Amino acid sequence: MADGRAAAKRPINPRLWLSGGWLLILVVAALAAPLLAPQDPLAQDLFASRLPPMWQGGSEPGFPLGTDSLGRDVLSRVLYGARIALLVALVAGSCTCALGAVLGLIAGYYRGWADVVISRLIEIWMAFPPVLFAILLIAVMGTGLTSIIVAIVVIDWTRFARVIRAEAMTQGAMDYVASAKVAGRGRFGIMIREILPNVLPTIVVLLTLEMGIAVIVEAILSFVNLSISTDDPTWGSMIAEGRAAIHHSWWVLVVPLITLFLTVLSFSQLGEGLKDHFDPVLR
Amino acid sequence: MSFLELKNLNARVGPLPILRDVSLQVAPGEVRALVGESGAGKSMIGKAILGTLPDAIRITGGEILLEGEDLQAMSPKARRRLIGAKVALIPQDPLTALNPARRVGPQICDRLVDILGWGRREAEARVIELLHEVHIPAPERVMRAYPHELSGGMRQRILIASAFAAEPQLIIADEPTTALDVTVQKQILRLIRDMQARHGTALLFVTHDLGVVSKLCQSMTVLFGGKVLEDTSVDQFFSAPDHAYSAALLAATPKYTDPGGSLMPVPEATIHAVEAEIAAHDLAHQIETVRQ
Amino acid sequence: MSEMLFEIRDLRLSFADLAHKPLFGAAPRIEVLKGLNFDIPRGDVIGIVGGSGSGKSTLGRAMVRLLDVDSGKIRFEGTDISQMDEVALRPLRRRIQMIFQDPMSSLNPRHRVATLIAGPLHLHGFDQITERVDFALSQVGLPLTFRNRYPHELSGGQRQRVGIARAIATEPEFILADEVVSGLDVSSQAQVLNLLEKLVSDMGLTLGFISHDLSVVRRLCKTTLVLHQGEIVEQASTQALFDAPQAQYTRDLLDAIPLPEVTPGWLD
Repeated sequence: MADGRAAAKRPINPRLWLSGGWLLILVVAALAAPLLAPQDPLAQDLFASRLPPMWQGGSEPGFPLGTDSLGRDVLSRVLYGARIALLVALVAGSCTCALGAVLGLIAGYYRGWADVVISRLIEIWMAFPPVLFAILLIAVMGTGLTSIIVAIVVIDWTRFARVIRAEAMTQGAMDYVASAKVAGRGRFGIMIREILPNVLPTIVVLLTLEMGIAVIVEAILSFVNLSISTDDPTWGSMIAEGRAAIHHSWWVLVVPLITLFLTVLSFSQLGEGLKDHFDPVLR
Repeated sequence: MSFLELKNLNARVGPLPILRDVSLQVAPGEVRALVGESGAGKSMIGKAILGTLPDAIRITGGEILLEGEDLQAMSPKARRRLIGAKVALIPQDPLTALNPARRVGPQICDRLVDILGWGRREAEARVIELLHEVHIPAPERVMRAYPHELSGGMRQRILIASAFAAEPQLIIADEPTTALDVTVQKQILRLIRDMQARHGTALLFVTHDLGVVSKLCQSMTVLFGGKVLEDTSVDQFFSAPDHAYSAALLAATPKYTDPGGSLMPVPEATIHAVEAEIAAHDLAHQIETVRQ
Repeated sequence: MSEMLFEIRDLRLSFADLAHKPLFGAAPRIEVLKGLNFDIPRGDVIGIVGGSGSGKSTLGRAMVRLLDVDSGKIRFEGTDISQMDEVALRPLRRRIQMIFQDPMSSLNPRHRVATLIAGPLHLHGFDQITERVDFALSQVGLPLTFRNRYPHELSGGQRQRVGIARAIATEPEFILADEVVSGLDVSSQAQVLNLLEKLVSDMGLTLGFISHDLSVVRRLCKTTLVLHQGEIVEQASTQALFDAPQAQYTRDLLDAIPLPEVTPGWLD
């Protein structure tokens, strides 16, 4: 019976395919934006404003998804926007993850005074209202990509630290940890070799969730004009502009909105899919 | 007439059979053991009777007759009512069987109130009476305690009292002493035997422990891979087991009185023979299904 | 060199009783081991027996230094290891191994069998690790094809064999086995017991065998130690202890074991 289970490898599940596929497309699009974009994303052309997408009457070639009220090409702006969104997701997500996971692991496995210090820090941190915290930070540091990333890391590390701490505590109580100790492995070695592989699936899920959250936070801050300069094409600022034009040119709002939606959804699904895929018990 | 009868009961998880044409009978007042190693399906039979099988497990054929009535032909509500009135369970783990957030007394009374429609007062009086019967000192105080405040043996006594409260005709005990120390186990076994004899209740005792079977039960059903291998009296089994697997199982059970006798693991050949028997049975079953 | 492998002197251990901790101040202590004294000669197979709460597992975990003791001495080959720190203990870890009750939780689910067995070998600087892993597998009677399996792909008895292979791989002098057969079916229980017996004689091991099951202890052990509520109530050669138990508690224990044979009136 055991042989049968070992031999029958599960096929990669569809949500891993779909979400991974979309994110891959997005990454390629972001990297190749200068080659793919039909127009300069910043170029205004008031004679070509509010052009509809190509499947509607009155469209023009060279503007496949239409233009906004200033005549900027929507497709080009979405493509360039992906660069900012993915950069924020990647950098903010990994930094948050690294900081939170390391502190959580130390608190949960080493316990003792390290745990007391880290746990109190988490509790105090979480008592601050996060939005206020973000606005405050950006007010101090000024707008810009770095401020956004720092704001996300500083606010969200507690999410990782709390979950990973609890998970590390559960795993630390298991007998395989005692077994490694009897074998002569030191504390740091046990944390890396024994605990980490068992906490990794949780980290992966949290990391991808965090990437999704980072994309949303960046969009929100752009929406309220706290991100980078208004001219730069971000999905958030596109949505903000599109909102005003919803009655006569819906595509300006809908295109970035759908892109954002699919991206955030894909991140969370990718995490769930990866977790199942790397679990030897499920595999 | 038997009180409980299973006729060719079959159950599956997905395509995998876990009960294979299980037939057994429990007469009123009989104490029958349901014996097998892990994966033999012994607990599944108890769950099938009580209607508490996990969702993944489907009953694919056969009948469960309680006093001649087929439980599966009944509406879920009627079935629950009948089971609630006539059958009770003594669970394996007395800690998880009690809700840790509620006091013990109201929990045991609930069953009497909800299923049998007793008054709260009446139920409490009955439960206190039974707690006396299972030798619990100061029952009124115990009724107000939370589960974690009581020892394992005490909790199991409470669950036994609770099982007998509604005067059921059959009690299914699912490994009720596995979590207990031997000294406590003996007290609990004695208690179950005394209560069973006094109330004339039939008992279906699910266990892997042949020692316990030999001390408590009159008859026994030996299971392997969801199939009945042997249906016999306890006297017969322990003097001359019929099936080769039963004999091997008995030889593999250590006895402190017999240190010289080297422990014989169940030989692989015996296991293969039983597995072949089961495969042959499955094949016959399939042919039968196709023919129909 | 000392004749005794282990000498335990006035060993005491207590846990904080957090359930009864006052709002301010320290939690009261629950004494689990109340001053134990005993020796384990080299080559002995000692059964450590008792009910739940007797302190038998705590004693075992203190001996392999998974737990810190309050006071007393644990001498291993004459050296007191009771207060050694982890670094000083490391060279001794190779020689003192442990097999756990539940192989499902004591084998890291993310590692394959070969990695699990090789782990302690790497730590103690062994060479020819592949050969040693294969040898350990063959000693516990598992086919070499199991090297690439994960623990969840094995049956309970097979998993326990991996636990044993891991413990014997570093050629230890002492192995502590904590309730290693209580989670197994009788059929695999008999196999694991026979295997332990064979390894003890082949490798010249000293074995500490913690169990609640006196029939199993009778089968395997040369001497037996009965613990009750953190105290030793009786210690004797296994045969003497079973033939003529001295302590009332030992007699109660023996009397409560349901042997697989029909004895009318046993419950009365």
